[in-house]
Amino acid sequence: MSAVMPLRRTAPHPWLTPWRLGALLAVLALLGVAAGLAAGSEGWRFDWAAEADLITAIRAPRTLGALAAGALLGLAGAVAQGLFRNPLADPYLLGSAAGAGLGVVLVLVLGGLAGASVGLSSLGWLLRLGLVGAAFAGALGGVTLTLLLAGGAARPTQLLLCGVVVGVLMGALSDLLMLMSPEALRGKQVFLLGTTGFLGWDSVAVLGAALALTLPVAVRFARALDALVLGEASAASLGLQLPAVRLLLVVLMALATGSAVSQAGLVAFVGLVAPHLVRRCVVVTHGALLALSAAAGGVLLLTADVAARSVIAPQELPVGVLTALLGGVYLLVLLRRRGAGT
Amino acid sequence: MSVAAAPALLQAEGLVLRLGGRAVVDGVSLQLAAGQWAALVGPNGAGKSSLLSLLAGLRPADAGTVTLAGRPLAAWSARERAQRLAWLSQQGEAEGEIAVADVVRLGRLPHQGLFGAATAADEAVVQAAMAETECQAFAARRLSALSGGERQRVLLARALAVAAPVLLLDEPTTHLDAPHQRALVRSLARRAREGAAVAAVLHDLNLALAADRLLVMDRGRLVADGAPADAAVRQCLVAVFDHAFTIEPLGADGQRRWVAVPAL
Repeated sequence: MSAVMPLRRTAPHPWLTPWRLGALLAVLALLGVAAGLAAGSEGWRFDWAAEADLITAIRAPRTLGALAAGALLGLAGAVAQGLFRNPLADPYLLGSAAGAGLGVVLVLVLGGLAGASVGLSSLGWLLRLGLVGAAFAGALGGVTLTLLLAGGAARPTQLLLCGVVVGVLMGALSDLLMLMSPEALRGKQVFLLGTTGFLGWDSVAVLGAALALTLPVAVRFARALDALVLGEASAASLGLQLPAVRLLLVVLMALATGSAVSQAGLVAFVGLVAPHLVRRCVVVTHGALLALSAAAGGVLLLTADVAARSVIAPQELPVGVLTALLGGVYLLVLLRRRGAGT
Repeated sequence: MSVAAAPALLQAEGLVLRLGGRAVVDGVSLQLAAGQWAALVGPNGAGKSSLLSLLAGLRPADAGTVTLAGRPLAAWSARERAQRLAWLSQQGEAEGEIAVADVVRLGRLPHQGLFGAATAADEAVVQAAMAETECQAFAARRLSALSGGERQRVLLARALAVAAPVLLLDEPTTHLDAPHQRALVRSLARRAREGAAVAAVLHDLNLALAADRLLVMDRGRLVADGAPADAAVRQCLVAVFDHAFTIEPLGADGQRRWVAVPAL
């Protein structure tokens, strides 16, 4: 059984230590934030005197929100890949993102707010928390259903296939719900495509809180993911309480995915790509992998957000379209390198 | 060292494991004593791996009991048990991109706990285990970048790094070349001399015949249990393998060894 094929067998760059990669990602994040504050519909401009309101009310929360949402997705992907011992695991591919999306749509439709002309940026605090809760429950439900269908997580391609099936089913359900309230087209677009355009300061607060909660706990339990490298039985022989640890990590993954999806919609592939990029660069244990994957996910989504704002300015692309395009190509390359997966 | 005099570290009574209606392990009772290394041998499907996982407490038996140091296995906490009993799985399960040294360090997990930090003593044990299996040269490489034999040595070092008084190894010689097989057998013998109880599933009968004791399994049952010098044990061994080989003496009386010669 070869559950995890290496992406690359050669030794990574010797000068790139985990700390240096972390510093590099921090610099990239700072550059991204600067670009995010400056990128507007009329090109790149940072003019505090003229645009202070615009920057503080729209660009700043959007930029920080993209960073936090990407970090949550990167973290969720790294946890999923370690937990299921499967390099293709990703919140989007495991059905948990689609489940979270379904949860969000349910709340919007049931709340009769899906078509509110003011858009998502002005949703109240209570509803935002309700969205996070529904997205969390949906994420948990989605990944559980995928695992049940796949009969566990041992076979990578099987898991991928079942995740796609669950994703399609959940997506169809979301569509159906949306059709029942036809005025919901705007919300539908947001959650199917994934967008950072509606991220306000309250989103930043939700995403930041979720990150502050999930990242330290996940890193604290990272050694269990190291032990899982040996296989389930060997990890158990090392005295780990696997069922409890596994449940905790699935809940953390669902919380991270759910909060990201509830604020930014179905942003695809950041969770898959971020841990892969980190592993390509450095040889690390899961503690560092989780932290660096969160950083890489944040930088990826922020970069994609800035690009989505600038590529066809003054119009903008939904950022999910961009990540899906880039991530999809990456997944294809990955599958090709793995050969005909079993 | 005499079998009878040594205390039984691990004791099994009437172990039964049924899989799909078939008794894979069928009423096995045995004792593993400190200071002794035993080779568990038998044809494919004889139930060796299943027995080993029952002894390690990794799956519940349908009947029978296992006691570790006089106390039922289930009465130990998972971590206490893991400190006293190291288990090496058959190869193929371990897959990942963490560094070799970090894989071996997992052997100290039962002593440190999930949230504990490594001490200098832990690190010394880890380095010694890596030296013992000669994997220091590639300590910084990813597990996924190793050859089959290198990987087996790493996983072996991981099991040795637990420094447990009971060592249960499932096919530890898989993919090992002759020098490393020899090194492994010497390691096991030395661990036993230092007071451990060692049991290893072995397919190479010549390595098994170097053990202090042979545990011969066939169709779920323990059909022979004794030193290779015991003629009845040797006969039983040849019989369960359908006389595919003969066992011949080698060397003088004082230091006689036994070798398996294929009957072609």
